[in-house]
Amino acid sequence: MTKSPTITFPDMTRRGLGALPWIAAAGVLAYAFFVGGYLTTVMSFALIYVVFVTGLNVFMGYAGQVSFGHNAFAALSGYTSAYLTTSHGFAPLPAFGAGLALALSCALIVGYPTLRLKGHYLAMATLAIGLIVYEVAVEWTSVTQGYMGISGIPPIGIAGYEITSERGQLAFLTVIVALATLVSWRIRESRFGRALSAVAGSEDAARALGISASRYKLSAFLASAAFAALAGSLFVHVVGFVSPEVYGLHMVVLAFTMLYVGGIGTIAGPFVGAVIISLLPEMFRQFKDYQDLAYGAALILLLIYAPRGLSTISSLFRRAAAKKAVVS
Amino acid sequence: MSLLELQNVTQRFGGLVAVDDVSATIAQGGVTAVIGPNGAGKTTLFNAISGFRTPSAGRVVFGGVDITGMAPERIAAIGLVRTFQLVQLFGELTAMENVKVGCHLHTRGDLLAAILRSPATRRSERQVEDDARKLLDFVGLTDVADVAASSLPYGQQRLLEIARALAAQPKLLLLDEPAAGLNSGETARLSATIREIAARGTTVLLIEHDMKLVMSTADRVIVLDFGRKIAEGTPDEVRDNPAVIAAYLGMPEGAA
Ligand SMILES: Nc1ncnc2c1ncn2[C@@H]1O[C@H](COP(=O)(O)OP(=O)(O)OP(=O)(O)O)[C@@H](O)[C@H]1O
Ligand SMILES: [Mg+2]
Repeated sequence: MTKSPTITFPDMTRRGLGALPWIAAAGVLAYAFFVGGYLTTVMSFALIYVVFVTGLNVFMGYAGQVSFGHNAFAALSGYTSAYLTTSHGFAPLPAFGAGLALALSCALIVGYPTLRLKGHYLAMATLAIGLIVYEVAVEWTSVTQGYMGISGIPPIGIAGYEITSERGQLAFLTVIVALATLVSWRIRESRFGRALSAVAGSEDAARALGISASRYKLSAFLASAAFAALAGSLFVHVVGFVSPEVYGLHMVVLAFTMLYVGGIGTIAGPFVGAVIISLLPEMFRQFKDYQDLAYGAALILLLIYAPRGLSTISSLFRRAAAKKAVVS
Repeated sequence: MSLLELQNVTQRFGGLVAVDDVSATIAQGGVTAVIGPNGAGKTTLFNAISGFRTPSAGRVVFGGVDITGMAPERIAAIGLVRTFQLVQLFGELTAMENVKVGCHLHTRGDLLAAILRSPATRRSERQVEDDARKLLDFVGLTDVADVAASSLPYGQQRLLEIARALAAQPKLLLLDEPAAGLNSGETARLSATIREIAARGTTVLLIEHDMKLVMSTADRVIVLDFGRKIAEGTPDEVRDNPAVIAAYLGMPEGAA
């Protein structure tokens, strides 16, 4: 008789705790929206990174693979957007279409041969492609204008209406992030997503059940490259400027940090991780000289107390509760 | 009618001949056991049949199709599914999700279907959920449906691997030492489960060390020793075969 309340109560708290990281990150977003100013800019960058990291999460978190070169796909699409809108009068959407096509073609060329092999060939190939694209962005000055970069890129516009205000951009990015997260969630809860998890868990077992590991790895790679391309193009339109440094190796390092701090393989991870990691340097600005040290210490603490990421914080409570239950 | 035909299958590793010119015919229906001392080449033979390693020589014909050297996923797609001697579960997924993965071959839809999530896709997902639940029930794992596979005790992991393989609806199921690590109660239960699988129309080929399980479960037995097939017949015939007794001399598990 007392069975049902004892089961539903922890169940509800668990669900509530599960929503906690979402609520916290969404709260910061709402706050930024209302106060405006600098925080709005910080949050806009964070949201662009959410898109990028969501893609990386599909490939690394769901399918269990490694890529060090997704910045290349962001760069290819971002530069295509910048070039076509400034030099050829393209509207942002068709320019992004061209950028996406270029990024996906490149991903196919890199991924097709390397993902058929066992081992870390893809990781190495992606590292190379990231560096090559960077060099091209520096050297091909007639198109990219080298280190100077391309400026005067028009803001995002839909059907002739340009979104120029910072709040407007933040709202637009919020919609994009909501859609990206929805896609990520639907992938996770599908036959496709299960096949990716299977490949991540055991390639041999997946193949024994009829799942072509190389085909699913390639699909996940292309899907994640598409997210990276979208993030790359969003960036140039939001900032209005692009240079090689924007898509440097630091982009990969930052995205990895966001993914692991947020929780790799989880749906909320990219959102939570990108928001937290974007805010941390701002919070530690007051430490001045010790800013980097404090930032590093905060990261270490996060990884010690939430090794599987902040979005799994509810399972942490669950474990603590389970321990208590065993003791009592 | 023969379901699986092995024609002079040979597997060499450098100088070692792990499977030596093995020919056999597995008829449709029933349970066949492959036995033999440690290192006899049983798992290597399974790898050659299931496409995980292309044999050095010989042919494997399944349901009239030459599958020699075909990729494992394509072999699975035509109805030959295996399990592994060292359990290969998707550890982070729940028992339920593991079995759902097994339903991959008889469902459709990839990335686009996942994103659009049409009513047809939802219906198919519900069907998968139902099928998976029935299979968990069949192997007695209903109570742990939502437990991560890696946290299950070993015996349950083995059962889960079988349920997952069954979800692929194979014509021929290859089980590599399904009773390894099980206690006697679990083994008896497993024997009944395997008989039930065969009764439902899936032909079973299993590698087994536990002679009691072999005797109570198998209709036919193939004996390997140093890669060669040294005997074949009913469990009783094989047990009394002098060559088999000689191969097992000093092997405690063969003495039974
Ligand atoms: N990949 C490999 N490379 C080299 N030798 C191998 C390889 N796989 C198996 N062998 C060798 O082939 C022989 C047969 O091994 P196999 O695993 O097929 O035996 P088994 O009958 O399954 O034994 P067990 O009962 O211990 O599982 C052994 O001598 C083993 O060392
Ligand atoms: Mg073996």
